[in-house]
Amino acid sequence: MLEFILLSCINTLIYGLLLFMLSSGLTLIFGLMNVLNFAHASFYMLGAYFAYEVSTHIGFWPALVFAPLGVGLVGIFIERYGLRSVHKYGHVAELLFTFGVFYVVNELVILIWGRNPVAYKIPEMLDFTLMSAMGTEFSAYRAFMLLISVSMFAVLFFAITRTRLGLIIQAALTHPDMVGSLGHNVPLVFMYVFGGGAALAGLAGVIGGNYLITEPAMALNLGPIVFVVVVVGGMGSLTGAFVASLLIAALQTFAVGFEVSLSDLLALWGVSAPDAGGFFHDLLRIEISHTRGMMPYLFMVLMLVFKPKGLMGTREE
Amino acid sequence: MKDNTAASAMRPFVVKSLAILAVVAIILLLPQIFQTRFAQSLLNQIGIAVIFALSYNMLLGQGGMLSFGHAVFYGLGGFMAIHTLKMVNNGVVPIPTELVPLIGGAFSCIFGLIFGLISTRRAAIPFALITLGIGELIASCALIFPSFFGGEEGVSANRWTDVTLSPLNFGRAGEVYLLIAAWMLVCVFLMYLLTRTPLGRMANAVRDNPERARFIGYNPHMVRTIQFSLSAFFAGIAGSLFAINFEIITAHALGMMASADVLMMTYIGGVGHFFGPILGAVLVTFLQLVLANITHAWLLYFGLLFMCMVLWAPNGISGLIMLHEPVWKAGLFKKLLPSYGRALVPGLVLFLGVIILVEINYHLSLSTNPESPMSLFGIEISAQSAPPWIASLLLMTVGFLFFRKAAFQVRDAWDEVTRRMRKGEH
Amino acid sequence: MPETILSLKGIHKNFGESEIITGVDLDVFRGERHAIIGPNGAGKSTLFNLVSGLYPVSEGRMELKGHDITKLAPHRINRRGLSRSFQTTNIFPKMSVFENIRCALLWPMGFGHSFWHLCERKKALNDRSRMVLEQIGMADRALMPAGALSYADQRFLEIGITIAGGAEIILLDEPTAGMSRHEIERTVNFIREVTEGKTLVIVEHDMGVVFDLADRISVLVYGQIIATDSPEAIKKNEKVREAYLGKEAV
Ligand SMILES: Nc1ncnc2c1ncn2[C@@H]1O[C@H](COP(=O)(O)OP(=O)(O)O)[C@@H](O)[C@H]1O
Ligand SMILES: [Mg+2]
Repeated sequence: MLEFILLSCINTLIYGLLLFMLSSGLTLIFGLMNVLNFAHASFYMLGAYFAYEVSTHIGFWPALVFAPLGVGLVGIFIERYGLRSVHKYGHVAELLFTFGVFYVVNELVILIWGRNPVAYKIPEMLDFTLMSAMGTEFSAYRAFMLLISVSMFAVLFFAITRTRLGLIIQAALTHPDMVGSLGHNVPLVFMYVFGGGAALAGLAGVIGGNYLITEPAMALNLGPIVFVVVVVGGMGSLTGAFVASLLIAALQTFAVGFEVSLSDLLALWGVSAPDAGGFFHDLLRIEISHTRGMMPYLFMVLMLVFKPKGLMGTREE
Repeated sequence: MKDNTAASAMRPFVVKSLAILAVVAIILLLPQIFQTRFAQSLLNQIGIAVIFALSYNMLLGQGGMLSFGHAVFYGLGGFMAIHTLKMVNNGVVPIPTELVPLIGGAFSCIFGLIFGLISTRRAAIPFALITLGIGELIASCALIFPSFFGGEEGVSANRWTDVTLSPLNFGRAGEVYLLIAAWMLVCVFLMYLLTRTPLGRMANAVRDNPERARFIGYNPHMVRTIQFSLSAFFAGIAGSLFAINFEIITAHALGMMASADVLMMTYIGGVGHFFGPILGAVLVTFLQLVLANITHAWLLYFGLLFMCMVLWAPNGISGLIMLHEPVWKAGLFKKLLPSYGRALVPGLVLFLGVIILVEINYHLSLSTNPESPMSLFGIEISAQSAPPWIASLLLMTVGFLFFRKAAFQVRDAWDEVTRRMRKGEH
Repeated sequence: MPETILSLKGIHKNFGESEIITGVDLDVFRGERHAIIGPNGAGKSTLFNLVSGLYPVSEGRMELKGHDITKLAPHRINRRGLSRSFQTTNIFPKMSVFENIRCALLWPMGFGHSFWHLCERKKALNDRSRMVLEQIGMADRALMPAGALSYADQRFLEIGITIAGGAEIILLDEPTAGMSRHEIERTVNFIREVTEGKTLVIVEHDMGVVFDLADRISVLVYGQIIATDSPEAIKKNEKVREAYLGKEAV
């Protein structure tokens, strides 16, 4: 049991930080530009594929630098030549545009790399067990992922609290209606933030793609979860996104371990479920571990119903 | 307009009725004209898509609600219908096949009411997110409730029963077409009428300005909820017809990708006019079925078409058509034609370049043997040799440059036409 | 003693730290034309926003025809017979002028959320819509999209939407703002005509309009009503002269 908890905690941390790498960018973009970037998880996917490409030709370490940069450039390009021109049609049009990007990127990835997962591997250098405690192995790569995420947050934190751009972003996050009065460089700020958010997502793809899997469905699988994080945390709140990332990660990680169903519970009370088949049969038989996939969405829907602002949000939208 | 004789007052009405009759007759006769199996299947799917797309536009176009989970109601209706069919097969209930869509629709409508209450408090982005969440939620439910959703394989039933109202027993696809066509006509008619009811008008008002609507006595949340559940009703009918047509339905029908399909189909057709989604449904379903046989890249072209619409024609094809209505009426359309012609040729060249590039890449990444020659437009080429790449890049560059030049000419022609129309007014 | 139709008791409103309405008591009588005047930023529009339910009050109680409306949502207050206009034009831009008016008539004429009536078939509804259009002088622009109207016409439409339903009490927020002399005259006549037998509360900067229309005037300064009285008495009131009229009415 203790092992399970320990392992789950580590996994929660890794998965949660990965989620935060995605949701922080999404939150910044939303907070600043009021654009819900549907394609954010596509940047994550591109990061993984770019890294795969670079690491097969040059190596993993260059990939760690060049793949996020490449994704950032893609983001800048999309903002400059697409998003900016639909801005005049309103937020729904922007959302539709990013949705289109998501769809097309998905197909492009299939076009270039095929439908099957690619062999994007953990670098050999980091492919060993760092330590094992109580039968639980902790690989060096996981430690490396933690290191990268934590140092990335340090950089992000520094950038937001200490640089000029960061201060502008902070001001804009707390006073969204003031964005317009930031001066003539607003479009440029938007472009950098969009590119920066994309690069962050790309970095998540670089370190997550080989840890999890690199395949065309990865954006579709992770994207909605990142939205859940942003909604649960409160749209536009970085702290909220951080808390929610860990929360959702914990929810999903810990659910795996509980193979308890309603009928088990009933059995505890001495009631044996009638074996009638049909809908109620299903309902009684569901184990908590089966609900892993739906848990985040249930959580989000409940959140939106009962606390639409999210955990830490200040805005309704 | 001034003369008030009964005959001239009657004329628009007579013309309209005749036009409607003609359309109905054509729709019912289509399968006699196109008799291949493929055409039958295509017509059936178009009929279903038309209902589904129009129901989606009740949200996006008429109510200003961008949903990423509309297929939930399509799928739920479909599953309800297939279970009903199954019960009819087993002799549990004697429900005539013609009325099965009504049951699917009602089932979806109930869920529409529940989910509508939850999700329509605000429109725009929060609404989009909740519908996405609900969509994912139901899709993930599909795996843990196999008794209703049938797990991976889905649920199947037999549509061929003797329990029918009409002499048909829906064994053949042609008979199913008649069922689909009839439901389509009824649904299109009803959805059209809905736009002219107090609810339909208030849905527009709430779309335009929800705040103001509250000060003329309406709760936007309530208006949206009702509109949402009615839209779910029609989606449920479409889903039921899908289930009857294919005699099987799986959880894919209510997933994210199905929702994306209807969203893009509707948007391409155009959300600003009632007939837009019909155009979109016909065109997209046609391309989907025809192109899916020829190329793997259909989804990519579909996505690119959608992006082009978002960027340059936010009102879709119907918007583009209606843009020309005043020009046509003013008799100035021929002024635009030459510039369109000049844009068309480089546009096609550009597109050809894109196609070549896409197809050779697909061949390289998806075919089992990339070195094997592939055929494109009947020409054998080798995807790994340089000539097709060069040809593609060349076509794209040349096409793009000339297209851009032509685009300016189109703009000038439009400026000229608008100027003339203004003058005509005064 | 005239009957009170709208009664505000000890109304306060804060936006964050700043208190914008600092204790307003006001009784509006049935059938009167009541003007609220006061300098810019005094809180007149905010007061309307409170009464019509757009913002929740921080403190105090509001009654409409003896019923507590303090916590009611805007549409509920509207259904109880209170209709308001906005200072900045607030219409349905993509719909036609005619549709704008007709939508405003739907609830008052009892159509609710009906999806089983066709608007075109309802003669009374359409006749009344046309009548309102005639009243605001826009019958010839009935089919234009509202968003394409000129500024003054949008203001007229705004008022049209507000009065169309025949609410018992009508709140107009600076209806003549930005209009020309001629248009103001037309508007005043029109307002007088359509509020015959109704109760009118109007926020207005043009003193000509105010003294022309109002039976009683309240002066709102810094979130407080410093005087409520007949136009003559207000003109003579020292406090009012000092705080407000002194500057502008010379
Ligand atoms: N929603 C709001 N949030 C914060 N402050 C507001 C809000 N609405 C109005 N105010 C403030 O209340 C004060 C009064 O505004 P208003 O009622 O519009 O004045 P007026 O008497 O000119 O109509 C102004 O200082 C304004 O800035
Ligand atoms: Mg004001």
